[in-house]
Amino acid sequence: MITVDLNCVDIRELNQRLHDLNGDDGRNPWRIVGTDGRHSIAVGLNAPLTVVVEGHVGYYCAGMNQHADVTVNGHAGPGLAENMMSGTVRVTGNASQGAGASAHGGLLVIEGDASSRCGISLKGGDIVVGGSVGHMSAFMAQAGRLVVCGDASAGLGDSIYEAELYVAGSVGGLGADCVEKDVTDDHRRRLAELLCRAGIDADPGSFRRFGSARTLYNFHVDHAGAY
Amino acid sequence: MAEPSDPGVLRESATFPPETIAEIQRAASEGLYDIRGWGAKRRLPTFDDLLLLGASLSRYPLEGYRERCDTNVTLGTRFAKQPIELKIPVTIAGMSFGSLSANAKEALGLAATEMGTSTTTGDGGMTDEERVASKTLVYQVLPSRYGLNPDDLRRADAIEIVVGQGAKPGGGGMLLGLKVSDRVADMRTLPAGIDQRSASRHPDWTGPDDLTIKIRELREITDWQKPIYVKMAATRVQYDVQLAVKAGADVIVLDGMQGGTGATQDVFIEHVGIPTLPAVRQASDTLQELGMHRKVQLVVSGGIRSGADVAKALALGADAVSIGVAALIALNCNRPLYLEDYAALGTAPGYCHHCQTGRCPVGVTTQDPELEARLEPKAAARRVRNYLSTMVLEAQTLARACGKSHMLNLEPEDLVALTPEAAAMARVPLAGTNWIPGLEASD
Repeated sequence: MITVDLNCVDIRELNQRLHDLNGDDGRNPWRIVGTDGRHSIAVGLNAPLTVVVEGHVGYYCAGMNQHADVTVNGHAGPGLAENMMSGTVRVTGNASQGAGASAHGGLLVIEGDASSRCGISLKGGDIVVGGSVGHMSAFMAQAGRLVVCGDASAGLGDSIYEAELYVAGSVGGLGADCVEKDVTDDHRRRLAELLCRAGIDADPGSFRRFGSARTLYNFHVDHAGAY
Repeated sequence: MAEPSDPGVLRESATFPPETIAEIQRAASEGLYDIRGWGAKRRLPTFDDLLLLGASLSRYPLEGYRERCDTNVTLGTRFAKQPIELKIPVTIAGMSFGSLSANAKEALGLAATEMGTSTTTGDGGMTDEERVASKTLVYQVLPSRYGLNPDDLRRADAIEIVVGQGAKPGGGGMLLGLKVSDRVADMRTLPAGIDQRSASRHPDWTGPDDLTIKIRELREITDWQKPIYVKMAATRVQYDVQLAVKAGADVIVLDGMQGGTGATQDVFIEHVGIPTLPAVRQASDTLQELGMHRKVQLVVSGGIRSGADVAKALALGADAVSIGVAALIALNCNRPLYLEDYAALGTAPGYCHHCQTGRCPVGVTTQDPELEARLEPKAAARRVRNYLSTMVLEAQTLARACGKSHMLNLEPEDLVALTPEAAAMARVPLAGTNWIPGLEASD
C-alpha cells in the first residue's frame, strides 16, 4: 500500500504519479488521504490500478477513468467519474449532481444517494445507485444502464435514447419519450448479475424497467409539444 | 389593360416581401421551423465597413516584395506546457465529421498541415483520417460529448471547450437523420438514421466557477501539456471574456453571428448573437482592461472571407482568425457543378445552404458515398491551401502597406470606418473625421 497525503502532496503531483504508472507498477494499491473535498483527484487514470480514497472528494473525482478501480470512502462532489471509459468507481457515501455524466463504459457504484442528472448523457457502461437519484437523471442517456435501488425524482430519462433504466422505488415522473417497459426473465438475470458485480444487495424482481418510446427520434410537427 | 410588367402595376410590400410570404406559407404547410446550414444571410455590419489607412508621410510602408512581414502566431502561452505554433494566423474552425464528409475533413486537415496551421474536430469526435491528415489538431469538448474519450484528448494538440457557436448561441446542435450514417451513429453511440439532437449545456458543469474546475480537470488529465481554448458565441462579449479569462482559458475563440452551422433553425441563425465586427473589438478591449491581451490569445471567427478581413480582425486585436464556411467554399461548396443536383434541392450554385439534407451536390456536407466521392481529398486540399495562401498574401500586402513587419503589429489606429455604425462598433473614427460614436470627440 502506497499512501499519499494530499496535505503534503498536491493534486498535480498525485495525478502525475498515477499517470506515470503502468499495469505492473500498479500492483500495490494506492491510498489517498487528506482529501478535504479537493477536485480532480485521480482523474485520467489509464492503467489497472487500485486506488482507495479516504474522505470526501470534490468535483470530477476519477474523471475519464480507464481500467483503474477507484473507491471513495466518503461523499463525492459533482461530475463523479464523468466520461469514464472502463474500470470501476465506487463511492460509499452520496454523490452530487452529474455522477457518471457521459460515461462510455465501466461500472460506477454509488452506495448512497445520487443527486440530479445522475447518468446524464450516458453512452455506455453501468451505474448502480444504492439509494435514490435526483431529477433529470439519465437525461439524453444513449446507452448503458442506470439502476436505482431507491426512488427517482421527476424527469427521469428525459429525451432518452437507448439506455436502460431500472428503478426499485417510486418514480417522481418520467421525462419526454421515456416509458415503462416489460421486464423479462432475461432482463432480471442480467440485472441480478449487475447487482452482484456492484455488491449491492437488492431483489432483481423488485425493479421496474424504463426506456425510450422512440417517438422523438425524428422531428415531426405532431411532437412539437413534447420538447 | 395594364400588364403585370408595367411599372407601378406590381407593388412589393416592404413588410411582406415575396420571401416572407413564402416562409409564412411554408410554415403553414409544414408546421415546423426551417432548418438549414450556413450562417446568417441578412445584411450585417462587416469588416467591409472598415478601411485600412496605408502609409503616407506620417507612416512609412515596408517594401512590398523585399521586406518581411511575419505571420506566425503562438496560441496557448498562458498555462500549457506545449503551446501551438502556427505559421499563419488563419485556422480551420471546428466542423464535425457527420456534418462534413470524411473526405472533406481529410482535405481540410491536409491543407492546414501544408500551410502550417491547425484544424479542429467537431461534434462527433475525432476520426483517424483527420488525425493523420492534421499536424496540428484541436479537439473539441462539446456539450453532447459524442465520441469524447481521454485517448483522443491525449493525442490532440489542443483542447477546445465549446460553450457556444455563433450560428446558435444558447442552442445545441442537430444532425438530421439523412446524415446519421452507420459510421456517424457508431461514433456518437446513437441509432442510425435518427434526427440527432445535441444538448446546449454541458452535462457536468454549468456556470463559470464550474468551468474553472472543469478546465483544471482537463489539464490534469492531459498533464498540463495542451492549450485549452474556450469557444463562445458572440453575445455578451465583455462579460463572457472576463469569465473565460477568470476560468483559466489559454485561448478564447469568439464566433460572431455570421458563423456557419451544418443544421440549425433559420430563426436562430438570423436573430441571435452579434456580428463579428463589434465582437472582436469588445473582446480585445476587455482583454486589454484585464491586462491579458496577447497573454490569453483571441481567435475570432464568423464570416471571415479574405486577407482584408484577416488584417482588419488582427488590427482590432485578434491574434488569429478561424474560417469555416469560407474553407468549405474553397473545397467546392456552391461551385457550379452537378447543376441538376442543386435543382433537385430547390436551389442553385451561389445560393445553396442545404447542408442539413445530406445531399450536398459537391460532396462536402454529405455521408452519401456516391456524393462524397465527388470530393477528392488531395485536389480539394490543394484548393484550400491555395485559398489560405491567397488570404495570407493579401493580409501581408495590407500589413506592409501599413508599415508592419508582423501581422500582429496591425492596430486599431490603422483603421477607419465607412459608416457611423461600424465606427461605433469597431471604435475607430468615421473616415475623414475624428469622430468615434459613443466616445467624446477628440477635437
